[in-house]
Amino acid sequence: MADSIAHAQAHPDGPADPGRRDFIHIAAAAATLGGVAAVAWPLIDQMNPAADTLALASLEYDLSKVTLGQQVTISWRKQPVFIRYRTPAEIAAAKAADHASDLKDPATDASRVKAGHEQYLIVLASCTHLGCVPVFAQGDYGGWLCPCHGSQYDTSARIRKGPAPLNLVVPEYAFLSDTKVKIG
Amino acid sequence: MSDHPSTYQPNSGIERWLDTRLPIIRFGADLMSFPTPRNLNYWYTFGAILAFCLGVQIVTGIVLAMHYDPSGVGAFMSVQRGIMRDVNYGWLLRGIHANGASMFFLAVYLHILRGLYYGSYKAPREVLWLLGCVIYVLMMATAFMGYVLPWGQMSFWGAKVITSLFGAFPVIGKPLTELLWGGFAVDDPTLTRFFSLHYLLPFVIAAVVALHIWALHVPGNANPTGVEVKSKSDTLPFHPYYTVKDLFAISVFMILFAVFVFYMPEALGKVDNQVMADPLKTPAQIVPEWYLLPFYAILRAIPDKLTGVLALAGALGMLFILPWLDTSKVRSMRYRPQYRLFFFIWIVACAALGWCGSQEPDGQILEGVKTFTLIDADLNSVTWLSRFASIYYFAYFLVITPVLGLTEKPLPVPDSLYTPVLSHPAGAPAGAAAAPETKG
Amino acid sequence: MLRKIFAAATLAGLVAMAAPAVAGSTRETLKEVHWSFESPFGQYDQAQLQRGFKIYKEVCSACHSLNQIAFRNLGDKGGPFWNPKYTPNDNPVVKAIAKDYQIADIDSDSGDAIKRPGVPADYFPSPFSNAAAARAANGGAVPPDMSLLAAAREGGPAYIYSVVTGDGTDAPAGLTIPDGKYYDPWMSGDVSSYFKNPGHKVPKGGFIAMPPPLIADRVTYDDGTKATIEQEGKDISAFLQWASDPHMEERKTLGLSVMIFLFLFSGVIYASYRTIWRNVGH
Repeated sequence: MADSIAHAQAHPDGPADPGRRDFIHIAAAAATLGGVAAVAWPLIDQMNPAADTLALASLEYDLSKVTLGQQVTISWRKQPVFIRYRTPAEIAAAKAADHASDLKDPATDASRVKAGHEQYLIVLASCTHLGCVPVFAQGDYGGWLCPCHGSQYDTSARIRKGPAPLNLVVPEYAFLSDTKVKIG
Repeated sequence: MSDHPSTYQPNSGIERWLDTRLPIIRFGADLMSFPTPRNLNYWYTFGAILAFCLGVQIVTGIVLAMHYDPSGVGAFMSVQRGIMRDVNYGWLLRGIHANGASMFFLAVYLHILRGLYYGSYKAPREVLWLLGCVIYVLMMATAFMGYVLPWGQMSFWGAKVITSLFGAFPVIGKPLTELLWGGFAVDDPTLTRFFSLHYLLPFVIAAVVALHIWALHVPGNANPTGVEVKSKSDTLPFHPYYTVKDLFAISVFMILFAVFVFYMPEALGKVDNQVMADPLKTPAQIVPEWYLLPFYAILRAIPDKLTGVLALAGALGMLFILPWLDTSKVRSMRYRPQYRLFFFIWIVACAALGWCGSQEPDGQILEGVKTFTLIDADLNSVTWLSRFASIYYFAYFLVITPVLGLTEKPLPVPDSLYTPVLSHPAGAPAGAAAAPETKG
Repeated sequence: MLRKIFAAATLAGLVAMAAPAVAGSTRETLKEVHWSFESPFGQYDQAQLQRGFKIYKEVCSACHSLNQIAFRNLGDKGGPFWNPKYTPNDNPVVKAIAKDYQIADIDSDSGDAIKRPGVPADYFPSPFSNAAAARAANGGAVPPDMSLLAAAREGGPAYIYSVVTGDGTDAPAGLTIPDGKYYDPWMSGDVSSYFKNPGHKVPKGGFIAMPPPLIADRVTYDDGTKATIEQEGKDISAFLQWASDPHMEERKTLGLSVMIFLFLFSGVIYASYRTIWRNVGH
């Protein structure tokens, strides 16, 4: 850039140090780019969840409302969550399949529930393929079938067949008491 | 775009391929190498500053719209509780957008004053000037509708007062205001359509700005001497000379901008707008934003509603017809000392109108002095000051400008715009021919 | 020279236009208070915000809502109970405050309207269920929401301080005070139709429906500060200023970095400009 400027000068009066000049222009360009980059952050960050959305990120639920063999769907962070009170048969089936060869995303049943509360399975009700809500008691594995593209989950909500790549996600949760759970 | 020969040389195969299909690089390169008078001063940087302002308003506006709820109940809460408290950097984005409107108008007023002072509106740049006037009107419409969106008391009552102006027209007045409102008063439908239009108009402005720049590149820039470019030595390529000068001006402008955004974000606003709109209760005093005050004062100076509205429109109309009102052969006020004096008085009159617009109409100019009642108001009142200032405002355009153009004897105008440059800083060069510049 | 005149005239015009509209105001000059947050570097005094919150909770909240503020906001950075160890949502002080409030909700099983203890995500409940109820309970005047009160009054915290510390008994002779109202010299208004005292100037100010809200020792401060009327008034005003402008500290801190950057940026660009224009006649 400095060269073209030197040529454009109408009244050159002696040479100036071209290295110093280049430095000034490079510094100016760098400062401009840096400023633009810094401004970009607020413009992007504003799209992240706002404080009021984050504040609703945890949810307490009373499990005494769920009876044996029943499943409820609740809304957590605007996403559906299954809370399933599994029958002993379902738990046994899930444990039996812990090392089945068709597990795409191998995980033991114990890793997907809390010790001492094996009867409660809590998972995001969102198929890991493209996000539809799976339906219970359909498919070949006694668990869930996604109506959109036929992914099949077992009684531990692990993917067994179909296009979905991963098991239904277990959200972060903790038991506050035997009947009270805090999700998030 | 203009008759300046393109100096762009495609350097690679891809550039040559593109150049024969869509010569967009050539277009950009020609804009950058555009020959620009070498004597442009800092008053000529406001064009770039305005482009910067428009960009800032569009970008911040788009992101604010992501969080805004254009309903009567939701609007105030989505702005004050959502954007100002909860959205990440929402307070900053709204601070920039709200103060950005004022900065935009500050820059546009200085840009207009520069055009008036140096006679930039004169032939062959009338269309350039007219497009600028269109941008200014669109800006006012956009700013007004944007001010309604937070749905505070001033938003609501400002909307009511301004839209009621259209009710002044006989016969069509009432149906016209109901059409604007989408109801029998300013209400949810009004707010929602204002939001829609407030989002649309900036893009219309951007399109007119493109025409404005096109119209600038046909005759090229005017300059402080008002003497047209005569030879290549009168000009410099736009880049890097004016890109860096404009960038410096923008950076200084940003300092002022940042002072408002970070240290006095509400200084240009009205406290009443922090109260949610209440259709049953008017604030004690309804005042528009500062940039509309002179027009508001002209409106109020006239006791008859329809005449007031027409005067308001006429005040803007003056700018549109100015190129045909100015009869002088000399372009720049540098060489028109008498006109310059009247121009400065005109600026004072505009400032006085602005001040009047912010005051109660029956307020006194000199505290406690009672003179005599003239027609309907005491002579020592805001009403009469705004009347005198309004009369001067119109007289400046309709009488002073055409008459003085014919009668004033201008100072000698230099032969070339570069002549005063060479003798800088001695001012007008000795022995320069006094030939008043002819058209062109 | 010409440029200077032009610039001066322009500047004068702009200043005149930007001058705040104060004509028509007939209220008394506000009391002067020193605030910790008034300078460009000033920040909130957290202990003062906590005392102010106590005044809101124990005095103001009987009539005034705070409907834009959630309990979690109390634990936001710069807020009264901010603690860098916790997020606003699991700050124990905030949780304890929230629990003290009963929040209207709908039972998700039975659908019945219920009251449950608050959580940090809940907003401060309004003392009245709607504006009509508020009006009926307060002699026809709705107590304004306090979330933006400091921003919605000319003078901000100084105005609130002046109004809440005025004792309402110093009404000038000759002024008839309507039933259920109090004279307040800092209120904007016009009392001329209530004033009959020939030869005396109409007093400044207006009427307010709020009885004098503060008395000494109205609250007992946890930090042992003596609860005089002045102290209580300053604390509630500071708290309400924070409520109106919760991001002030963040704004000023970011502002300082932005200003430093812009000055350096302008300097660098100016150097580049001078280099490019060196030896170019213009």
